[in-house]
Amino acid sequence: MTAIPTSVSRPRRIAGTPGQIALALAIAAFLLMFLVLPVATVIYVAFTEKGTSTFTLVNFYDFVRTELFMRSLWNSFYVSAMSVVWASVFALPLAYLTTRFVFRGAAIVQTLGFLPLIMPPFVGAVAMQLFFGRNGSINLLLDDWFGFKIDFMEGLNGVIFVQSVHYFPFILINLSAALRNVDRAMEEAAQNLGSSGFRLFRRIVFPLAMPGYLAGASLVFVKVFDDLATPLLLNVKDMLAPQAYLRVTSIGIADPMGYVISVVLIIASVTAMWLSARALKGRDYATTQRGGGGLAKRVMTPMEAVFGYGIVILILVLVLAPHLGLLLLSFATIWSYSPLPDAFTTAHYARVFGESSVYIKNTLIYATIAGGIDVVLGVAIAYLVLRTKLIGREWLDWMATAALAIPGVVLGIGYLRTFYGITLPDGTPLAALWITIVLALAIRRLPYALRACYAALQQISVSLEEAAENLGATKARTVRRIVVPLMAGGILAGFVTSFSTAAVELSATLMLVQSNSDAPLAYGLYVFMQSAAGRGPGAALGVVAVILVATCTFLSHLIIERSQKAKGMGH
Amino acid sequence: MLNRRTALAATLGLSLSASFMTIALAQAPAGKVTVVTSFSKDVTDPIKKAFEKAVPGVTLEVQNRNTNAGVKYVEETKANNQVDLFWASAPDAFEVLKGKKLLTAYKPKATGIPDKIGSYPINDPAGFYFGFAASGYGIMWNDRYAKANKLPEPKEWQDLAKPVFYDHVSIAAPSRSGTTHLTIETILQGEGWDKGWRTIKEMAGNFRSINERSFGVPEQVNSGQVGVGIVIDFFAFSAQASGFPVKFVYPSVTTVVPANVGIIANPPNKAAAEAFVEFLLSPTGQEVLLEPGIRRLPVNPAVYAKAGADYPNPFTDPRFQKMIGFDVDKSEGRTAVVDTLFDQLISFQLDALKGVNKVLHEVDAALAKKPNDKAKALAEEARVLLAAMPVSEAQAASAELRGAFTGGKEKGARQAEVEAQWASFARDNYAKAKAKAEEALKAAK
Repeated sequence: MTAIPTSVSRPRRIAGTPGQIALALAIAAFLLMFLVLPVATVIYVAFTEKGTSTFTLVNFYDFVRTELFMRSLWNSFYVSAMSVVWASVFALPLAYLTTRFVFRGAAIVQTLGFLPLIMPPFVGAVAMQLFFGRNGSINLLLDDWFGFKIDFMEGLNGVIFVQSVHYFPFILINLSAALRNVDRAMEEAAQNLGSSGFRLFRRIVFPLAMPGYLAGASLVFVKVFDDLATPLLLNVKDMLAPQAYLRVTSIGIADPMGYVISVVLIIASVTAMWLSARALKGRDYATTQRGGGGLAKRVMTPMEAVFGYGIVILILVLVLAPHLGLLLLSFATIWSYSPLPDAFTTAHYARVFGESSVYIKNTLIYATIAGGIDVVLGVAIAYLVLRTKLIGREWLDWMATAALAIPGVVLGIGYLRTFYGITLPDGTPLAALWITIVLALAIRRLPYALRACYAALQQISVSLEEAAENLGATKARTVRRIVVPLMAGGILAGFVTSFSTAAVELSATLMLVQSNSDAPLAYGLYVFMQSAAGRGPGAALGVVAVILVATCTFLSHLIIERSQKAKGMGH
Repeated sequence: MLNRRTALAATLGLSLSASFMTIALAQAPAGKVTVVTSFSKDVTDPIKKAFEKAVPGVTLEVQNRNTNAGVKYVEETKANNQVDLFWASAPDAFEVLKGKKLLTAYKPKATGIPDKIGSYPINDPAGFYFGFAASGYGIMWNDRYAKANKLPEPKEWQDLAKPVFYDHVSIAAPSRSGTTHLTIETILQGEGWDKGWRTIKEMAGNFRSINERSFGVPEQVNSGQVGVGIVIDFFAFSAQASGFPVKFVYPSVTTVVPANVGIIANPPNKAAAEAFVEFLLSPTGQEVLLEPGIRRLPVNPAVYAKAGADYPNPFTDPRFQKMIGFDVDKSEGRTAVVDTLFDQLISFQLDALKGVNKVLHEVDAALAKKPNDKAKALAEEARVLLAAMPVSEAQAASAELRGAFTGGKEKGARQAEVEAQWASFARDNYAKAKAKAEEALKAAK
């Protein structure tokens, strides 16, 4: 109480404190070392002339002139935009109903609604085809009963369907976190002024949760734009990310075009993020009232309850069908051209039981460390960007976001090039250590955690920090005692997203795994899914992965609910 | 205290004797041997088990990567190589490794293995890689699917071009799958460049999908998403062994090609690497190949005595003797050109190609009811347009085109330029073919 700081609001306006500058430099160094440098060793060829190392832009001219690439670019934009629309349709009711009302099983709904994000590679695809494919369960039954089929998984519309089912949890989790942070006083003020129902939601609640929604929506857009697994699974090749992947991993490995496409992907992703940041610029989403915050939870009338639960169950059934397929597949003996498997067995679980423990252990360790690195970096970058005026601070954000657009295999090759030459004293290459896999995972999943932390910080009013500093707290102490606790929901959302998606990552992992004892679950799955006899065990391993991640997610939702109850949020 | 001292002494003694052992057995294979492979767990697990039993003291470390990624990995890590062996199907991948000087020559001591299987040399003549199992290429189909969709049993590649198979056939892109590349190359070598491409494109007009990985095709056929797949034989045999309702046939234009193993240049554990090669070629190692989950064709003819009567035997079965000779050098010289032609003319133009083919099937149906010479001639014109190739066989192997794809030091046409040319060639021809086909349909009706 003694010294009144003389420059409470000043430092924020000019440069930063030495501590902030050091932090920014450390993050920049980390990103340069583990993202920019390795990737640059691979994609610099995009800017060189064939056969020489002269700088040129002729490759980009080739890109624009090639009909296939331009068609792919347009298709990618179209699919990404439509996926955002459909993902919102799935996510909005789930997020709103579970945060706005006294909803039994909200934590379960939130957990289940999160599961689609954890679709283990390969088996997930097989399960989805077995359910929704041209000769999947649903179409075989439709054909049997009514004599027609629905092309759920055909062409661009198929990609949109699968992508919106797969990625809508990004919106769900970020929007839910934002809705929990909306100031109840705002809502009450609106109600006092006579607003209610949908109008209240449209004019007051949703706009206040906008940072969360946009964080999720921009992630969906960029992720769909950069995703190659789903289009390839559906055999759609005229989109940009599959084109880059196909070229980099096969015929065009020596050709600059694959890397040119990677550069285009990076530019498009960063632009999308920049636009979403622009959309929020000049508006203030921060609210001062914390702790008691969050929407007032209403009790539903019986009619509303029936309607609400009906919608929630309908959406969950649709988005969880692939997981149900996966579960059936893991117990199936033979499942071929029939609505259900021929018979059931537990033999697949017995087969994976022995070896899965090492995979589970590795997955938990890798994903936890990667998620941890991501939220630490995410909070730090969000703080530097939103709370300081350091020159070039946005570049940290852009750099981290660009990671989203880099194909995993490019990152993997880059890591091998950069770190394989560096050896430890006993001759083991640095790239052969498992920590390299963790770093690759952390870099690839950083954008998820970053967006969540960013949105969380946007909703916190600066005045709370100013108050703390007025009371004599140092910057570091303010961050530790005020900012981070208030961001807790967003941080946890970021951790869960990074953790769970890192747990099923494959493309970079596949390049970096050096031995079976260091391999995560996704690699074990890949190894199984190369043969007919491995389909069942692969599915069993997939189920293990999903349960593992789901348990962790459920626990973190319980923690969120507890902490909010503890803050006096109960009704 | 005493306890701890005893323990310490014991440990010391143990480790001392262990190091004496190492010195004594310096020549015998021991320790860890690392293999990069594209083979699935069902193949590697039984072999690993049998190998570790046959050569005690050695552990086999399996790194599973697809063939392309494996080659790339070995190449990227050569400065500090930690891999002893490369183990995969496609001989092309070994040719690439050999060309980049990433393999060590070795002379296997195993006996009882002939020089050739069919007309294909089992081992690399230069001694850099060794065939340990044979595989043939053919057509696999799902029986339930075929019954439900009333598909006949295919026998030859040409059968897949028939109207009844429209939208029922699947293949992996040759640029993505070493084995499919060999299938395409086999057809091209067996039927000749122009006729071969015509067969391939007529089949392609019936493709349901073009997969980006080899195993995607048998997977789709197994689950009944697609009826017919163009695959390597063991995919079908192992699926049958697992109980899937699938069947398989070798068409008459096909070849058997060995799957190979080779020792990486500068291997960390050379003795154990050699031991592994010897094991694979020994009768014990060869017998493991007969296991239901593996089902590959051993290269040691004596081993077939232990196989069932219905197990295909390339050394006695007359079908295999008729199979064509396969020219590896020819294939290797134009790999990139053939794969890119397939991608640009077929994979990325599949909708256009199928569109023409569908109309042509309708013309055929109409002609079967009411013959019409004009329509027949127009349909043939359309087929010729579809089959046309932007480059001749000689051009495909020319140094100029190869240069465009190697990214080599010399200046010249860029890959992207060549691709754009081929793509627009295909687009124009398919559009013309479509017009002709529609004209034919009008005339026929």
